[in-house]
Amino acid sequence: MNREALDARLDPKAVAWLDQALAEAGEAGKAQDNVAVPKWELRFAAAGRHCGQDNADDVRTLLLQHAAADVATLTRLYHQGAAAERRAVLLALPHRVPGPEALPLIEDALRTNDTRLVEAAVGPYAADHLDPHAWRHAVLKCLFTGVPVAAVAGAEHRAHGDAELARMLTDFASERTAAGRSVPPDLHRVLNMTGEES
Amino acid sequence: MRIFDPHIHMTSRTTDDYQAMYASGVRALVEPSFWLGQPRTSPASFYDYFDALLGWEPFRAAQYGIAHHCTLALNPKEANDPRCTPVLEELPRYLVKDGVVAVGEIGYDSMTPAEDVALAAQLQLAAEYALPAMVHTPHRDKLTGLRRTIDVVRESNLDPEHVLLDHLNETTVKDAAESGSWLGFSIYPDTKMDEDRMVSVLRDHGTDRVLVNSAADWGKSDPLKTRKVADAMLAAGFSEDDVDKVLWRNPVEFYGLSGRLQLDVPAPQALHEGNSILRGGE
Ligand SMILES: [Zn+2]
Repeated sequence: MNREALDARLDPKAVAWLDQALAEAGEAGKAQDNVAVPKWELRFAAAGRHCGQDNADDVRTLLLQHAAADVATLTRLYHQGAAAERRAVLLALPHRVPGPEALPLIEDALRTNDTRLVEAAVGPYAADHLDPHAWRHAVLKCLFTGVPVAAVAGAEHRAHGDAELARMLTDFASERTAAGRSVPPDLHRVLNMTGEES
Repeated sequence: MRIFDPHIHMTSRTTDDYQAMYASGVRALVEPSFWLGQPRTSPASFYDYFDALLGWEPFRAAQYGIAHHCTLALNPKEANDPRCTPVLEELPRYLVKDGVVAVGEIGYDSMTPAEDVALAAQLQLAAEYALPAMVHTPHRDKLTGLRRTIDVVRESNLDPEHVLLDHLNETTVKDAAESGSWLGFSIYPDTKMDEDRMVSVLRDHGTDRVLVNSAADWGKSDPLKTRKVADAMLAAGFSEDDVDKVLWRNPVEFYGLSGRLQLDVPAPQALHEGNSILRGGE
């Protein structure tokens, strides 16, 4: 989301707050300030209450971009963040980290049962870097926890021709059927993507 | 009827409790950080707990249509263990989080010098971070503890009107009210206050600045006590508006001092079979 589109959703007070926050983020790493926590990182934590929770993901992503946050900063912000901050870090990964160095954050998020984090973890960064086994489990986890498969980036591409994923999905479906429970509709969508219909 | 439980330890409660609370009208709650029954031995153990109060627990609550906020602090009991006191240095980075609406629970347990230090330091943090403070009064030697608490608040930079004195009863309400602070009453199944005594206090004292909570945790306690007080108030002739003031508007006003309350949690969808509290694998 660009700045103009975001501003259209903010009230004047929030716009002023964001101006100041982005200016501080732009100074990240430059000033040799001895403050325990850089100012823009406090803004990163407080974004929800100043700009509204619905805009918090976009505001935080923008802050990370202006601060040119590297993998070390992203990792620290993730580990020190509340769930909403962790989510923003996950969403920013594809734009900020070209290589697989940030995979531990994705793996951490996929270990949680918080669907806000699971959903953010299965974005383009996971599509590019997650190994096949972990990726299959991530897809299965989405089906278990009710995260829509539409959130799984590159699903069509990665699922195609994945016989192992097809087997896991088929087994999961029969387990549910045996228990007299319904099979999540998204399961068939992914199974179709594999092209390995059994 | 809308209910705000201003003091409840949901970490110790089940999803059945969340469901029953929603059904009885609870739409918002505050979970103060406290002792977990088993003493902690390292600061990292606190940070995982704080993270849960800022992550997993609000997520769980939201699934049941309940807005979850928390208060964070080093509790007085563990403030006596030097292995835990480094938590005080890390607290500032937690106090800026969106879900934190006060510093708490702080106060006295055994009234030791270490507790004096932790209480004063954390009242100072509340003042610095523009947060109110949730201060409980000790279970043992309560009136002395309350008076000492009020003195420490008076010496602090925090306005008494930004302080909630909790676990009050008939013997402590007068001193607490004169201090200018908010008045919290915890309603338990057997001990401390019950709903009928609470109604008497409300009759004598009025509804101004009074908050009622269940303080439910891992001990014998009842997460529906707030509703039971509301019902007892109505039965005793209090109006719907009185009930709304004590069980919704007063806690909203007190924790609203933080500027961080977000009460618009969507009503829960019919919880999908097997996907209710997301176990991610059963
Ligand atoms: Zn408590």
